[in-house]
Amino acid sequence: MSGAEKIAVTVTDVVPLNALVTRFEFKRTDGGLLPTFSGGAHTVVEMRDGDTVRMNPYSLMSDPMNQTHYTISVRRDDAGRGGSLFMHSKVSVGDQMVVSNPVNLFSLDLRAKKHLFLAGGIGITPFLAQIKQLERFNGNWELHYACRNAALGSYVDELTTNHPNNTHVYYDDDNQAIDLVNLLEGQPIGTHVYVCGPKGMIEWVRKTATAEGWPREGIHYEEFLAPQPGKPFEVKLAVSGKVIQVGEQESLLEAMERSGVDAPYLCRGGACGQCETRVIDYAGNFIHRDHWLEDAEHASGEKIMPCVSRFEGKTLVLDR
Amino acid sequence: MTIQFNDETFRDDYSFKNSPWAIKRFPFPFHEDSYMYSVNMEQHRGGPEGSIYEKRFDVDEHYVSEMRDRAMVLADDPLRCQSLPHMTLAGWDLLELIMVSKSEDYPDLFELHRDGHNWRWVNKPMGIDDSFVFLDEATLPYGPMEYITRQTQGDFCVLNQRDDNLWMDAGMITTQADWSLDFDLGMNFFEWHAPVPLAHEKGIFVRALKFLMNVQQGAPARRLNWTMTVNPLLDTSPENYHKWGIQKTSITPENIGAKQHLRVELQTFFRLPRSNALVFPIRCYLCSFQDLMSVPKWGRRLHRVIRDLPEELATYKGFIDNRPMMLDYLSAFDDGQATSDGIWPDVDSEPPLKA
Repeated sequence: MSGAEKIAVTVTDVVPLNALVTRFEFKRTDGGLLPTFSGGAHTVVEMRDGDTVRMNPYSLMSDPMNQTHYTISVRRDDAGRGGSLFMHSKVSVGDQMVVSNPVNLFSLDLRAKKHLFLAGGIGITPFLAQIKQLERFNGNWELHYACRNAALGSYVDELTTNHPNNTHVYYDDDNQAIDLVNLLEGQPIGTHVYVCGPKGMIEWVRKTATAEGWPREGIHYEEFLAPQPGKPFEVKLAVSGKVIQVGEQESLLEAMERSGVDAPYLCRGGACGQCETRVIDYAGNFIHRDHWLEDAEHASGEKIMPCVSRFEGKTLVLDR
Repeated sequence: MTIQFNDETFRDDYSFKNSPWAIKRFPFPFHEDSYMYSVNMEQHRGGPEGSIYEKRFDVDEHYVSEMRDRAMVLADDPLRCQSLPHMTLAGWDLLELIMVSKSEDYPDLFELHRDGHNWRWVNKPMGIDDSFVFLDEATLPYGPMEYITRQTQGDFCVLNQRDDNLWMDAGMITTQADWSLDFDLGMNFFEWHAPVPLAHEKGIFVRALKFLMNVQQGAPARRLNWTMTVNPLLDTSPENYHKWGIQKTSITPENIGAKQHLRVELQTFFRLPRSNALVFPIRCYLCSFQDLMSVPKWGRRLHRVIRDLPEELATYKGFIDNRPMMLDYLSAFDDGQATSDGIWPDVDSEPPLKA
């Protein structure tokens, strides 16, 4: 069971923001309203590229209250499997696409007295929707946004113009960095910290906040991994009675879907646990990339997260 | 469809009754001749025409009287409805979900007119016609959750999702099977389920929590649960146990068919979009043993289920003392013939009771 109906949309705007990031706007093809959502939610965008179907999650950055359109921002990843390149090079205004209902794995904790947002690079996108949500209800928030330089600082101008007192921008090229320890120590009781950015930044914030005595419940992070390419491999699906080939540029989950197997998923980025699949038999090595399973589970050879993890070896039989 | 609303009571003289239509669509909860806990979830995406599964929020002949009973419970005990401060947005989510669903599913009974955030809500069965500003609490006579759940059958738990758990942070609970919102408020999923026997050992709650945390926008889910109630009481709360608990001793072989009710809960689960909370409506349906026995399949099956139910469950569900008398009554409706699979009455295909 992979959830709710998909939504047929039309690309209504494509705006290159800088050398790496382009913004896309979608409206419902049938002219109706899109579902509302909560700040931090993502949608899974289906990309039909010839015979290949890729499904990538992108944070919704538009106003959650506005049901006329969704917007996402896509950072081009030249080393990736081609999803972002497809969006950048092949998608234009008027194209028909399919997106999922919104799913939020990076929700605001509305109990917080204050929301402290730490963004790195393209990790700014979920905060754009959360800021719009909080502004509507007079929420207390503060943003610290690190990016490479002014030219690559997506939405810096918009944020500093609209929210000059809440927004703090740091440029790596100018050797500016968030003074995290001081920042955390200066927060009022009841502040929740949220971080979205590169893996290293997330670990830095989590470790520093923990060392500063912040409760686990007050530290929120979102890190979606993009599935990485790898050597092709063969998988036997015991429940479906199928033997499938996973190509170099596709994930195990995508290969199952291509073969007509309705496998569950939510984030497609190794974070949510929904696609967890039991291994029945194997001879070879797993390449676990998720951060859902515990280390012991990775070592056990009993489970795999097909959205991001791969396999190298002779035999792999899955309970799917 | 036109519904004739009953004028009936769920207390004092207990004039509650089910019409033949209501009996036929009663959600009999046993799909086979035995019962054990399971994570028996399915998608809540409609169902057979006229069944309680068809609409997102079922409205039936008891609607107006149930809402009158709710108002009486709240007048006596306002703590049956509570919402922690961070749950107000979820309350608006719920109001929107119910108003949109009911106006689309029952256009002859409910109307919703929206012009931006200026909304007008018409509830014809209850004679309500209110205009208000969406997301502005000052324009409603109650908070958004209380406002809409005073007009919607069933209890409502509004659960906050955080820290890999669900938290009972708001609710409207007046038709409950012996649990208290005032007691459970602020608890997490494992805390409020702590009293349930056997299910923890079976890992039911770990799996159920995982399922519920992943309920997605646009993909609601449902399940049935059940217990037993003597007299058609909606409010079987711990707060009022001193009033209703004693009634369990009023059962006799002569009155059990009329007084003993099977109490079934249709539990549904919807992701609330603006707050990312989860709403858990618990809709209570009551049916007397004698009305259930009018369906031969249900007569046979209910006898077998109650006879074979583990003692812990009969105790937890509060009818262990009355079980022998129930079985004396029910055995007369079990002729030993096989029953068809599934919960539906199958009155046309199942054989009549052998004399």
